[in-house]
Formats: sequence, structure tokens, C-alpha cells
Amino acid sequence: MKQLMKGSAALGEGAIQAGGGAYFGYPITPQNELTEYMSRRMLEERRVFIQAESELAAINMVFGASVAGARAMTSSSSPGVSLKQEGISYMAGCELPGLIVNVQRGGPGLGNISGSQADYFQAVRGGGHGDYQVIVLTPASVQEMYEMPSMAFSLSEKYRTPALILTDGILAQMQEPMELVKINAARSGDQSWILDGCKGRAPRKIRSLLMEEGALEAHNRHLQKKYIEIKNKEQRYQLINEQAEIMLVAYGVSARVCYTAVQEANRKGLKVGLLRPITVWPFPEKIIQELVPQVKAFLVIELSAGQMVEDVNLAVNGKTPVYFYGRAGGACVTPEEVIKEIGKI
Amino acid sequence: MREELIIAGFGGQGIMFTGTLLSQAAMMEGKFVTYFPSYGAEVRGGTAHCSVTIADTSIGSPVITHPDSLLILNKPSLGRFGPRLKKGGLLVLNSTLIEDETSIGGGQVVRLPATDIAEKIGQITVANIVALGKYLALRKIVSQESVGQALEVLLAKKKKELIEVNKKALLAGYEYK
Amino acid sequence: MKKLFGKPESLTTVNHKYCPGCGHGIVHRLIAEVIDELGVREKTIGIAPVGCAVFAYDYWNFDVTEASHGRPPAVATGIKRVLPDRVVFTYQGDGDLAAIGMAETIHAANRGENITVIFINNAIYGMTTGQMAPTSLLGMKTTTTPFGREAKIAGYPIKVSELLVTLEGTTYLARGAVDSAKHVLEAKKAIKKAFEIQLSGKGYSLVEILSQCPPNWKMSVPESLEYVRKEMMTQFPLGVIKDKTGMTV
Repeated sequence: MKQLMKGSAALGEGAIQAGGGAYFGYPITPQNELTEYMSRRMLEERRVFIQAESELAAINMVFGASVAGARAMTSSSSPGVSLKQEGISYMAGCELPGLIVNVQRGGPGLGNISGSQADYFQAVRGGGHGDYQVIVLTPASVQEMYEMPSMAFSLSEKYRTPALILTDGILAQMQEPMELVKINAARSGDQSWILDGCKGRAPRKIRSLLMEEGALEAHNRHLQKKYIEIKNKEQRYQLINEQAEIMLVAYGVSARVCYTAVQEANRKGLKVGLLRPITVWPFPEKIIQELVPQVKAFLVIELSAGQMVEDVNLAVNGKTPVYFYGRAGGACVTPEEVIKEIGKI
Repeated sequence: MREELIIAGFGGQGIMFTGTLLSQAAMMEGKFVTYFPSYGAEVRGGTAHCSVTIADTSIGSPVITHPDSLLILNKPSLGRFGPRLKKGGLLVLNSTLIEDETSIGGGQVVRLPATDIAEKIGQITVANIVALGKYLALRKIVSQESVGQALEVLLAKKKKELIEVNKKALLAGYEYK
Repeated sequence: MKKLFGKPESLTTVNHKYCPGCGHGIVHRLIAEVIDELGVREKTIGIAPVGCAVFAYDYWNFDVTEASHGRPPAVATGIKRVLPDRVVFTYQGDGDLAAIGMAETIHAANRGENITVIFINNAIYGMTTGQMAPTSLLGMKTTTTPFGREAKIAGYPIKVSELLVTLEGTTYLARGAVDSAKHVLEAKKAIKKAFEIQLSGKGYSLVEILSQCPPNWKMSVPESLEYVRKEMMTQFPLGVIKDKTGMTV
């Protein structure tokens, strides 16, 4: 049965249905509804909820809960996610799974509390220090907000690297009908690294400090091998109008704006389509490369000054023109503006 | 069918509830709907507005730039959203609180003393539902019955005693000439 | 034949990297002995800090994770909340616990997390070669207080144990030292009590251990021990600072 649900609540419920065992958060707008939702539901389910003293503490509680074998998560909005970067880098270095949710708001600095997509670089280019990647998923509907935590936990465990759901203040606060479908809560991947006391086995150590000669380089080679495997196997996207001559590329809320624009453009007889990356790391470069011969131009739409457009450019590699239109600072692109941009091509 | 509506007023006038109610009713009729709230920096007493899109086909952006219709419950909101109304759009005004008639663009303007009517019903806080009733009488995007059922769903848990007065308000607005 | 002295099972045979005279090795051993005596090695999870004890996970023969600088109390919180029947402790230096990690320290204590914190206070940053710590004494020369710590410029040494006393979440706070056999034995008793408090579910316990750092203090080992007794103990008096349990050591 369908029900009206807020994006943030759907995401929280999705994480609970996915077996999320521990949530740690710190208040920041526009993601407070998620923390509040979890404060009630996690205790109802007799799971772990802590309002942490800071985002730093929250991500490190995730680190600990993950070490102990729980499906652990935290959520925040842009400035708070900046604070979490240290912990995310450590989790990547220690190869710990875990889920981070970024309900993006306008920046830089304190910015504002409107939805934004300006943290793309932070999400897909590492964010913290060191050569690492996190798996980044981007929902575009309340239904996907509900279903994505399960996918994020699974991928994160399978590859033992943190996963991030990159969403925004609009998707988190909007409501639309959705269905509480059954969610897969099965834990995936090897678990022979969890610290739960060394009864009947040798003690385990979790560390990212590798001072022995060559050890850190070997560890990095191992990580990079894993990232390449993820890149090869886990690119996800949605494609609307695959025969289109002008292909819009957008994720999350901008993909919704583009969807309206595509409908309108098609009504006018324009051959416009939409490629919506679902994973932005790994970026769906293979489908872009496949589209290159038929597409006359790509038009990338973002609520930023132009970040994902760089990944599109890298994939297209100069073979087809790539255009960009975006609005930064918490402003939302409108379908009318997208149509106008299409007209300029 | 595709209707984009912005509902705006003071924080505390039940703006968000009105939007949620309409969205719930639309969903119950099997329509596509998106609801997007927007609060001022201050929670109580500031301006509040929400955007509701109802359609027969799936909806993209939940953000509305030029609404088909406006439901305006206080004066500052008229200044802010009036100019954004689509050409030929519908504007429903709470005339109890908005005397100004100048800053209105083209289209159909309907004034009803929603707060006065609500007061007569005996519950001043249902002015929003009175206005919604009038809006629905003019734009039959969902039926009055669906809104009544939606009221029962939304108020069933914590405010059951308010279902009847809300239904009364809805009818009063619907039938207001 | 009765064995009088040997390696605790909770210690590995990995050679320490600590400097001659350092107190870390002694405290590592005390923790290992206590864990052996309590029979909890197979259910213990330790958290190693950033600082000189960063390699602690190599020296203990039970599960140990690293934590980023200052965050062991948050990591311990995450582990303990998920596995409440395990023994979870952090091992932290003064920079880790009282400078960069003070917020985590205070809030884990204030929540009354049922964990044990072993706090090594040697009044200096050892790993980074001798900078001022939040617990450095006034007048103490370090590489970042070359003219001696002056309150006007660098504030005062923080008395962590006393600071935590007012928090209702703290159950047991004690300060010991490892400058002499007598103090080492007393410190062990305090550590054991702290773990016992955790095992009986009574809440947050912290044992602060005054330790010496001869190389960074630019002293011989005997001089450094003397400094602990004369200067450190004056600023940071030994003893039980808070005990809500009524249990006797």
C-alpha cells in the first residue's frame, strides 16, 4: 500500500529495515528530521541511537560500531560532513564498512539551508586525506531514499569501504507516495575481521598505520585493486530516451528537474533524453562512452557551479561537446531554464 | 492533468498541514503528487509556504517556480508569491487578513474571509481548511470526499477530536459564494 | 615449582619501541596482568591512541583497534553500545585525551559509558618529539614552550581527573604513577578496580597514570623519576579522586 512519506524518514526507515544496528548523529539543518526519526525508531527497535557531541564523534562512533560488526551509520549536512572526513578516511584506510548520509545544503562555509549539490567533489574525489574512494549513491525519489540504505550497506560490506548516500535538502524534506517494500537485510561480505573478543581465535587488529618499509604502498595497491573492481562492476544509472540526440546528465533532485524538462522537450518534438547516474562513484562512464557516437551533445545540470560535469568530460574525452548549466548557493534549477539551455545548443 | 499549487501564510496557520492534507487526498485517489515544505529561518510566526504538485503522470521537480494556483493566507505572502502566479492562474485569498487588492497579477482572483468563517465555525485555526475548500470547489483536482478521508487518516492518531470541525470548515469553504 | 614471574598471556612477544625509562611499557603490562587476572582476555577490545602508544595494538594479545587522534572514547562508545558484554577500554595520552579529544572525553564520561579509560599523563607530546601538552607544568620547557610554559601565553596544566569529577556520569576516577614499585602496585590496583567496575556494569572509570618521558624532558631516567615525584605529583596529587561504588580496592 502506498503512503505519503518524507524523504528523510523514508531513508531512516529504509536503514532500519536494512538491519541498521547503530545510528549516530548531530543536529544540522536540513537533515534534522532524519536524526529525530532515528531517535524514536531505533529505540523502538532496541537498537543503538546516540546524539553525539559532534559530527567528529558521530563518525568515530560509526567507526567503533562497525569494528564491532554492526551495520552502522551517521547522517549530516554539508558542513557536518566536512567534519566527518577524517573519520571516513580512517574507515577507508582500515577497510571498514559503514554508511554516511549527506543531505547537501548550500555552501561554502555555513552557506544556507537550501538543497544543493555542491559536495560532489568532496564525495567522489575522496574528501579526506589519502588515496581512497567511497561508494557514492544518489537517490532521486522518496522510494529510492527508502531502498538505497540496503544497497549502500551491502556494497559497503562487500568491498569493505564506506558508502555515502549523497542527497539534498529538497529530497530529504519533500513528501511523495512510496511503498514500504520488503528490504534485504542480509549482511554481505567477509566478516573475519570484526572485533568481538578473541575467543577461539587469534587476536585481530584494525589499523591503518603501516610504518614497515613498503607496507603502506602494498596496502594502497590492494585498495586501488579493489577500487578498480568496484569501477568495473558497480556502475549504476537510469537512462531515459536512449535514442536521444541531446542527453541531459543529472543526479538526485536535478535529475527530477531534468525529467520534467525532458517531458516538455519531447512534447515539442525535441530528441532529448536523460542519463541519471545512480552511482556517482563509480561514475557510470561506460554508458557515456557507449552513448558518445549517437549523442550530439551532453548537457550536465547540477545545483552547483559545475562538478559532475568534470566526470562527464573525462568520460566523453572530447569526442562530443559537453555543456553545463547549474545554479550554486542553494538555488534550484527550473525545468524552464533547462529547456532554455537545450535551445542554446 | 497537472496542477502546481503554492500555499503560503504565517507559521502556525497550518500551511504545511494543508499541503500534506491535499497530498494525502491526491495519493488516495491514485494520483501522482509531490509536496515540498519551506520554512522561514524562524519556526513560529515567520512565513511558511509549501509546494504541491498533483498530476496524472510521474512528477519531476517538486520545486514550483510559476504556480498554476496560489492559496494565500496572509499579506506578506501575497507580495512574495503573487507576482509568480502563472498567467491566467487562480489566486485564492484570505480576505480577513488581506485587504490590499493592488499587487495581484492577471487570472482569476477569489477572495473569501477564511478567518471570519473559521471563527463562526468556532475554531479560528481551521481558516486554512476553509480556504482549501474554496480552492477545491474551483479546481476539482481531488474530491471533497477524498479530503475528508485524508483528514481522518492524518488526524486519527493525535487529533481525532478535530476531524469534524475540519470537515465543517472544508464544506463551508466549498460552499462559500 | 611455583612460577613467580612471567609474561602475561595478554601481552605479545613483540618488542616495544618505547624509549629507556618510559612508563608506557609498565602500564601496558599492568593492563595485561589485570586482564589475565580477571580472565577477560577473550572478551576484551582495546583502543589504541595516536601518540607514543600508537603501536599498542602490537603489544597486546587481544583484539585492538586504532582510533584517530583524540577519538578513542567515541570509538569505544560505538563498540561498547554494540557489544555491551565485552570489556572495552581506551589507552590515551595527554594530547589525545585532553587536547584534541577533550570533547569526546567529556561526553563519553558524561554519558556514563560503561568503559574504562587508561590515561597516561607525561605532560608532553612524546611521539612528535616534545611539544607542550595540555598537562605540561608551568615553567616546563618543551619544543613549543622554549622559554618554559607561561600561563599568559599557553594557559595552565589541565587536571583531567578533577575536571571530570563534577560529571554525574563518572563512577571512578583515580590517579597513580609508575615511578616506584610501590606506586606501580597501587596503579595496578586502581586499573583492576576500574575494569571490575566495568564488568559489574557500574559505568565510566578513568585511571590517570603519571608517567615519565626522560628523552623529551631532557633528563636522565633517575632525574625524570624525581621530577614525577617532586613536580608532577605536586600539580597532580595521587589517589582516588572519585568513587561512587563504595567498593574497596
